Amino acid sequence: MPVSAAAGSERHNVSHAYRGVPRWTYVVAVLAATVVILPLFAMVARVNWANFLPLVTSESAVSALGLSLRTSAVSTILCIVLGVPLALVLARGRFRLQGLLRALVLLPLVLPPVVGGIALLYTFGRQGLLGRTLEVLGLQIAFSTTAVVLAQTFVALPFLVVSLEGALRTGGERYEAVAATLGASPGRVFRSVTLPLVLPGLASGAVLSFARSLGEFGATLTFAGSLQGVTRTLPLEIYLQRETDPEAAVALSLVLVAVAVAVVALAYRRPAGAGMAFWKQRTTPAAAADRDVL
Amino acid sequence: MTFALEAAVAGRGFDVALRLGPTETVAVMGPNGAGKSTLLSVIAGLLKPDTGRAELNGRTLFELSAGRGTWTPPHHRGTALLAQEPLLFPHLSALENVAFGPRSAGVSRKQAKAEALHWLAEVEALDLQARRPAELSGGQAQRVAVARALAADPGLLLLDEPMAALDIHSAPLLRRLLKRVLAGRQAIIITHDALDALMLADRVVILENGGISEEGPTREVLQRPRSPFAAGLAGLNLLAGTLAGDGIRTAEGWTVAGLLEDGYADDRRPEGRGGNGYPAAPEGERAAVAVFPPSAVSVFLDDAHGSPRNSFEVAISDLEPHGDFIRVRAGSLAADITPAASADLGLIPGLQVHFVVKATSVAVYSA
Repeated sequence: MPVSAAAGSERHNVSHAYRGVPRWTYVVAVLAATVVILPLFAMVARVNWANFLPLVTSESAVSALGLSLRTSAVSTILCIVLGVPLALVLARGRFRLQGLLRALVLLPLVLPPVVGGIALLYTFGRQGLLGRTLEVLGLQIAFSTTAVVLAQTFVALPFLVVSLEGALRTGGERYEAVAATLGASPGRVFRSVTLPLVLPGLASGAVLSFARSLGEFGATLTFAGSLQGVTRTLPLEIYLQRETDPEAAVALSLVLVAVAVAVVALAYRRPAGAGMAFWKQRTTPAAAADRDVL
Repeated sequence: MTFALEAAVAGRGFDVALRLGPTETVAVMGPNGAGKSTLLSVIAGLLKPDTGRAELNGRTLFELSAGRGTWTPPHHRGTALLAQEPLLFPHLSALENVAFGPRSAGVSRKQAKAEALHWLAEVEALDLQARRPAELSGGQAQRVAVARALAADPGLLLLDEPMAALDIHSAPLLRRLLKRVLAGRQAIIITHDALDALMLADRVVILENGGISEEGPTREVLQRPRSPFAAGLAGLNLLAGTLAGDGIRTAEGWTVAGLLEDGYADDRRPEGRGGNGYPAAPEGERAAVAVFPPSAVSVFLDDAHGSPRNSFEVAISDLEPHGDFIRVRAGSLAADITPAASADLGLIPGLQVHFVVKATSVAVYSA
């Protein structure tokens, strides 16, 4: 029995420590993992490796991938520029209806993207709330690349805000108070204390936003349409190809899977939101040896 | 060049008035929850009191009366805060941490570095300048934090139990360091340790239930405590009551005979408060305390003793080792007796005994 071994042994290590995991959970866990992993395998099995390169480098594929990367990059930057102040206000501010604002801002997380697309259409579309004003100014947003970026920002912003707000809440307020008593203005506290402390949380939030932007489909199709080179991003291209050229759809899907794997690896290399722990981990062996010597 | 404060926070039952001379260090002591940290937060500008005013070196920190007032934000106050934890910014090196104050004040990068090096040298941490806070021991980090606070050139330094989180080896070193750097500075230090108050402070303020119950020069407060808390710090028994002949009469009805001290008339207690939150003594009666050391108390099982002695019938609440003696606690009173005597008497918690103390060992003075 592992338990008695751990109790009896002087130099028991972590793997011998008691863990209360009922056996049946392993069975269900394997089933759960299969639900996620099996479809991926099934898809990879259908990849036509002989034609893979020509399929993913076709003109329409390269155009869609390029558009996806460009728009996702821009929407991620927009998420950072808009999301950092929003997360700060939600985490640190004290005002009425704060809870309501948080709930509304996070709504796109649970909203079907197609609903988001319709909402955007009635805001920026030709007959929309702001659309008419914008049209007078000579700006037409719906069914343009700008619309793609807006749709992506709409669905991706909550990811950045949630991730960053979590990081802001795990501490840092006491560092900020000390910085203020040392003479730092609120602006300087934000730049030189708050931001560096939440940098890991911000980074993983940005990576998640980028991934969400890259995968955006419903809101984009509704609000921006599917115009090759203008609004047809990679997910839209895959959906279109599925009807005419399933092999191309599978090959392009694999490209998105590869990007997703890279993104997950980047975001979860360390736990998101563990900003303080991240900094504390940076200990050298020399420092550990010095620890007891004042 | 002085500091003056009056502040009240209704929600916390906090109401304190405090003044500091130009180079004075004041130790603030008191039980947990007495309002010590509230005091520092109010001074540093991290907590807004309901009413009050504060002034540091001729500048108004805040002036709040019903409905209107001025409020200086923390970064314009010059009241650097040193907390129990060093709270060094984890993403900056020790040197960059110390340079943070000067940089915030708009000093050039080069000048700030020079100042930081000066203060690191002052706390004997020059060799740690390149390290990250995660690479410092608790004592090292707190020394760097002291340098960082001093580098901000504060008009008033606020120290919130700076030694509390340190191990027994690091604390004495930091205490010596603080003694050196606090000389000639205005500072307020919160501490639980009478030694800190004696070594670092010119004056001690006892804070209880959100108000000052006692204040005075550190040695005087420890030698002639007037509040149960100060008596506890000094390791003395204290009974409070009203003056009756050569002794006092307590609320429990005990009569305690003792030696009336000279200078009885002097009164350190701040005006307008019944000390320790106790109600002020009735008209015609003078509040007084009887103070005696635990070593002067003998323990007997029965009551059969001469007239110059005070005898209190008490129930033992605890027995604990105290140096070479056994400390016998009975409520707020304590007696130190030898282990042999304790064994002889068969003392156990709950036992009714008599605490006996000679009148000549009891000091009586005004509360």
